[in-house]
Formats: sequence, C-alpha cells, structure tokens
Amino acid sequence: MKALRNLLDKQKPHFEKGGKFEKLHAAFDSVETLFYVPDKVTTKGSHFRDAIDMKRTMITVFIALIPALLFGMWNIGYQHFLSIGEQPDFWTMFFYGFFKMLPIIIVSYGVGLGLEILFAQIRNHEVNEGFFVSGLLIPMIVPPEIPLWQVGVAVAFAVIFGKEVFGGTGMNIVNPALTARAFLFFAYPTDISGDKVWIAEKLDSFSGATPLGNAMIGDFSNMPSAMDMFMGTIPGSVGETSTLMILIGAVILLLTGIANWRIMLTVFAGGYIMGLLFNLWGANAYMEVPAWQHLIMGGFAFGAVFMATDPVTGTQTTKGMYYYGFLIGMIAVLIRVFNPAYPEGMMLAILLLNVFAPLIDHYVIAGNIKRRLKRLKALTN
Amino acid sequence: MSTVYSIKKGLDVRLLGDAEKTVVDLEVQRFAIKPPNFIGCFPKMIVNEGDQVSAGTTLFYDKYREDILFSSPVSGKVVSINRGAKRKLLEVVIEADGKDTALDFKAENPKDLDKEAIVAKMLKSGVWPVMRQRPYSVIANPADQPKAIFVSAFDTAPLAADFDLIVHGQGEAFQTGLDALAKLTTGTVHLNVDAKNTTSKVFLNSKNVQINQFSGPHPASNVSVHISRLDPLNKGEVVWYLSAQEVLTIGRLFLQGKFDASRVIACAGSEVKNPKYFKTLIGAGIANMIKSNVADGDNRYISGNVLTGDQLEKNGFVGFYDSMVTVIPEGNYHEFFGWILPGLKKFSFSGTFPAKLFPKRKYKVDTNLHGGHRAFVMTGKLEQVFPFDIYPMQLVKAIMVEDIDLMEQMGIYEIDEEDFALCEVIDTSKTEMQAIVRQGLDLIRKEMS
Repeated sequence: MKALRNLLDKQKPHFEKGGKFEKLHAAFDSVETLFYVPDKVTTKGSHFRDAIDMKRTMITVFIALIPALLFGMWNIGYQHFLSIGEQPDFWTMFFYGFFKMLPIIIVSYGVGLGLEILFAQIRNHEVNEGFFVSGLLIPMIVPPEIPLWQVGVAVAFAVIFGKEVFGGTGMNIVNPALTARAFLFFAYPTDISGDKVWIAEKLDSFSGATPLGNAMIGDFSNMPSAMDMFMGTIPGSVGETSTLMILIGAVILLLTGIANWRIMLTVFAGGYIMGLLFNLWGANAYMEVPAWQHLIMGGFAFGAVFMATDPVTGTQTTKGMYYYGFLIGMIAVLIRVFNPAYPEGMMLAILLLNVFAPLIDHYVIAGNIKRRLKRLKALTN
Repeated sequence: MSTVYSIKKGLDVRLLGDAEKTVVDLEVQRFAIKPPNFIGCFPKMIVNEGDQVSAGTTLFYDKYREDILFSSPVSGKVVSINRGAKRKLLEVVIEADGKDTALDFKAENPKDLDKEAIVAKMLKSGVWPVMRQRPYSVIANPADQPKAIFVSAFDTAPLAADFDLIVHGQGEAFQTGLDALAKLTTGTVHLNVDAKNTTSKVFLNSKNVQINQFSGPHPASNVSVHISRLDPLNKGEVVWYLSAQEVLTIGRLFLQGKFDASRVIACAGSEVKNPKYFKTLIGAGIANMIKSNVADGDNRYISGNVLTGDQLEKNGFVGFYDSMVTVIPEGNYHEFFGWILPGLKKFSFSGTFPAKLFPKRKYKVDTNLHGGHRAFVMTGKLEQVFPFDIYPMQLVKAIMVEDIDLMEQMGIYEIDEEDFALCEVIDTSKTEMQAIVRQGLDLIRKEMS
C-alpha cells in the first residue's frame, strides 16, 4: 500500500500545473482518488463530514445492478442454447453470456469514461462518478446481439448530448442511459426491436419474440407464464428480464437509502392502476392482460427501480416525486397498450417525465411560496 | 403547563468526549474580543496598544452604528491589536492584571426602568452585543421594535454545554435579566427549554416569560426552529434572540452595576483528556484550557461546536457567543480505498455504512472531507434533517444564482447558516452550504440597507 502511495506522490507533480503531463491532470486525479480518498480537510462550515461521497453512492447502485447483470449473462446463454435445442450445464450457459456481454461493457466504459475524463480536463473539474453507473446500465438495456460500434456511438451521443452539454453529472435533463437507448431505438430500429435480436445466434426457425412483442401483435397464445416472466427466463434486453433479480437490487437501493422509495413505489402503483383501468374497459385482448402482469413484463421493473429513481433527472421535491412516479407508471402502460409503434413504453415514459420533472417541481415550490405569502397576508389584514 | 413542541426531522450526532459535569476555575492571562464574531460590524478602535482598561471600558465601536460599543471583559492592558489581510481587525488582545477593576454603571432594578433606560445602560456598558436579531443574525438594532425575544436554555448540538449546569445558583441574575428583556419588547419573551433534559429550577420557575418545551433531535435547539414553531418570521419583521448564559450577563449588569463577563465554557471532544467545564470570562484564551489536556497529534481546535464553530489556533480565544471549545483530530490523511471499504467506525447518516444500524453509538470524527466536491446529485436527503417548511436544496440554488426575489419567496428570512449545518454534514456532494447561506443573507442585507 505504502509503495503505491509513494508512487502516486512521486508522480503527482508531473500532472499538476506546470508539470510535463499537465494535460492529463484529470486522468491522474481520477486514478488517485480511485485508490485513495483525498487528504482534503474541511475549511469552512461544519468541521466534520459524513463518510459518504459520490463514489460510495455510485458503487452502491453498481452493486445493486449486479444480481440482474449476472442473471442476464446466464440468460443469454440459456436462451441461445434453448433456441438451438441444446441443454449444456450452468457454467457453459453463463460463460457464453459472459463473453457476449464483456465486449459491450468494455466498449461502454471505454468510450464513456474516455469522454468524461476529456471533459473534466477541458472544464478543469474532477471526473464525475455518474458514468460509473450509466456505463453499466447501457449494456443492460440493449439486446445481446447489438453491434459494438452502435454501442460506442450511442454512448458517445448520450455522454455528450445527454449530459456534458448541460454541464455534466448533476446538471443533465434526461437520463443518460435512456438517452443512449433512445438513440439506438430511433437510429437503428432494426437492431433493437422485432423478434430477431433478443436471442444471441439463434436458429431462424425459433421464435425469439419478447412477451411485449407478442402482445403488440395481439398474439397472446405464445405468452410465457407469469412465473417465467418474474424469474426472467425469457428473451429480452440483458438486464431487464428477471423481475426477481431487479427486486433484490431494489432492496439494496432502498435499505441504503440511495434510491427514493417514493418514486419506486408510485411507478409500480401508477402502472398497476393504469392496468386496472384497462381491465375495466377491456376493449381488446391487450387491455385484458391482468394489471399486475404489466409490472413484470418488459422493462417496467428495471425502469422503475434503476431509471426512474435517478435523482438528477427526476423530481427533486418530496411531493413532486409522487406525481412523477405515478405518471411514469401510467404513461408506460398507456404507451404499451395503445401505441402500435412502440412495444415498450417505459423508456419513453421516463424520458417524457424527465423533461416534465422541473415543471412539477416548479409548481410544488410555487405552492410553498404561496403558503408563505398567505401567512404574511393574514398578518397585514 | 407549557406546550411541548416535538421536532421530528433532524439528527443527533453522538460524539466521544462529552464534558464531565464539574466546573473548575481557569486561570487565563490573555483575553480577546474578536470583531469577526459580530456579523456586519465595522470596528473603529478607541483604545491603543498599551492602554490600561477596566472591565467595561469601550475598546471599539461599530462605524455604521456608533451607539453599539464593545467593552473589555477584564481589567488589564491592551497588548496587541491584530489585523489580517486588508488591515481587517481580527483581535483586540488584553492581558489581565488580576486587579479586577470594573467601571460602575450603577445597579438598578430593571422593573423600575423604561425601555430607553435599559437599552442605554446595556449599550454604554458594552453588554448590548449579546442581543442579536433575526433575520441575518447581526447585533440587534436598539431602535427596532422586536415582535418577540427568544431565549435558548438548551443546546442539542454535538457535545454541547449543559445550560442547567451553567446557570446553577444564578437564579437571581437570570430572573433580573429576563425582567430587563420583558421591557424591551411589546411582544412575548420566550424561554425555550428541553422537554426532557431541562430540570433546573432557574429555568422552570422563571417569571415574566412564556416557557416553551421542545423535544427531538438537533437542530431542536436552534432559534430558527423555535421561531418557526412559535411565531414565524415574515419579511420586514424582526425578532431578537440570545442564550441563557447571555441573559445572566444582562442580569448581573443590573444587579451589580458592572459588566461581569463571566462565562462557563465546556471543553469537550474526543481529543480532550479530561473534558469538563471551565469558569472564566468572555474571550478567554484557550492555551491553559488545552495545556497537557489534549491528545498528541494534529488537532483541530474549535470555538463552538463541530457543526458551526470557528477554527482556532492553539493560542486562540473563545468566540464572543460561544459556550464551548471542541477538539477533534485533523483528517489530513489519504485513505486507501476508503470509499469502498465497509467503514465500520465511520460516522454516516446514509445507509451505505454500518453506522445506520447503531444509532446510539458514539463516534470519533475527524476533519477529513471524505470525498471531493461535486454538483448536487442526491435528492430528498437534506429534507430529513431540516425541520422547516422550506426546500433546502432549492433555496441554496437560489442563493448560488443570487436571485434575491426567489430567496425571499423561498423563506431565507426564516433561517440562518447554522440551520444548514446538518445538511452540509450529510451532503454527498460536499457543498459548503453554510458559507453559501451566509453569502445570501449578506447579499440581502446589503440590498435592504
């Protein structure tokens, strides 16, 4: 440990102002702070601080994603071998998926972190940890067969236009990971929708449609069982198939207090209530899908737990969170059932509410201001 | 019986090194009055280095409010007038001569005096600066009509001094002080006590005041919390506030006719070997307090508590308004993988550390920032330690962009920098919120004057 510290201390002057690697300052800083929490002390205000920092916050989300990621890797293998009619052992399936996923993850982090460091250097601030999570989220919400160059382009688009143009982590309007997915969805629709892409190297004769894909075309005879959808042994984007694994992540996020329970709960409530309304209406077969099944189909659970709860792009007032979550849930199911162009509504619902979140907050705060004015008026009258 | 106001939101930070409940006399050679303690004050010196002064001799006055005088707490000699950058006046240091001479301002019963006479006496003796106002936390303007006066008789900050102990045996001085306060406002004088821990008869048998009980975690003792629950502050209104120890100073002025600057100061913190209370005067040097009484190593000396206090040098002086000195270790070390290790001994409000499971445990905290500064990311956390009907993060953002209208609308008059201390502690993004709030208050005060 000491040797590493000495090495860093020795190299540090080269990266500081006037040193020969001055231009790589941000990169050095990100490596140094990765190994060591800085020795900075408080100079004003409170003399001690909470042990939590942004790195700890982001690693917690990362950990919460791991169950769904590992399951997703296994499921890639499972779906592949199922489609070609083989049944190898657990590890064969897992490593098949692992080696499918690894390049996507490497490309995602490589492109994203490279850009983050570049922007930190240009803007002269420390590297933000936000991409630590986005970089893993993006591989988890794309199909396993996604071309790597598309991942790279989408990540670059998301980091630059989804985040850095607004000023970086904390300033962005829309969720960067969903920006990447939306970019892929609209730029290369054939590679991210339909029934060909969800199973790696499948035989053409095997149907690879997702439950939502089936539901959209009105084919409810081939739907997997609710148990399969909950456990996740179905085709789909890598991370979103297993509701169970996502719930494990949700428990981690809620126990550590990193994600806000208000948003998570209201997204599920909104989706469920919308499903119930459709059940009452019952004009077609899709409307009659039991309301609770909407919550385990497609990316609903993944979006509710990991995407809607993004504190930067969500509403920031306590009261606003209820409206925000509820509307995401309702609109996601509404798009699913009513819009034939988009089998999954979760991505668009969250992006839409990301854009409306500041407006919701604005009215919540306006209410607070009005209350204060009323008190003053009561006094002057 | 008095009403109990229960505060739900907040956080009690339990630290090691609570002061033992014994008071010992402290021998101090040097005392100092520090103008930076008085927000918005532009000191104009009257005495020079080498002048002899008595307790109550005016040292300097406020250039923009010439009737506000600042007096020497002790008899002795002005040994140095320390200035900082741009000749800013930092300290007026007085070496005690042990003669205890004091100017006579005449003992009088405040019940027999009117407001003008009471104010005049407090101004002349240099006692007036103990009286501060909200908004802005500046010294009260004697010409104002405060709608109420708030007296805090407890402190919920980490390791804070116990006011029951401080006022022990001072019932007469305390009641006299309250009688004087009662003449200063047409509204109510509120004496705010801890619903559970205040047992002193000095407080509970006080007359001429309204006693209110507060319960709950810190910041239950902050004056903003009391104002918000008892008599919310609106734009254009003024309330005055002071602590129980400062009421004693007023009381003794009327009982004895002199500026008796006695203070009981708690010396606490994990690095103090024998944490206890010391009896001394306002502005006491801490050198003797910490001599062979603190652990070796690099320490942070704080006048006040760990949340809001001012950093002191080893030979520094206790602040005018402070009733404690805290000593904690400095945190200037690199921690290997500190952000990912379990951190069993670390203090944290978040659930990402085991600390959340042991809410009763006492911690040893140091001054390490535990991370780098970032933009605001986490939401919904600050509100958990901020017991006001105000959106803390949004208000801080309004201050950062200097939007005065928005600050006013969002309630900046109702709060003070100390109310953001806990927010600052638990903030993941390490934002210097107290400094930002102070800037906002200063900006508004400038616009209003």
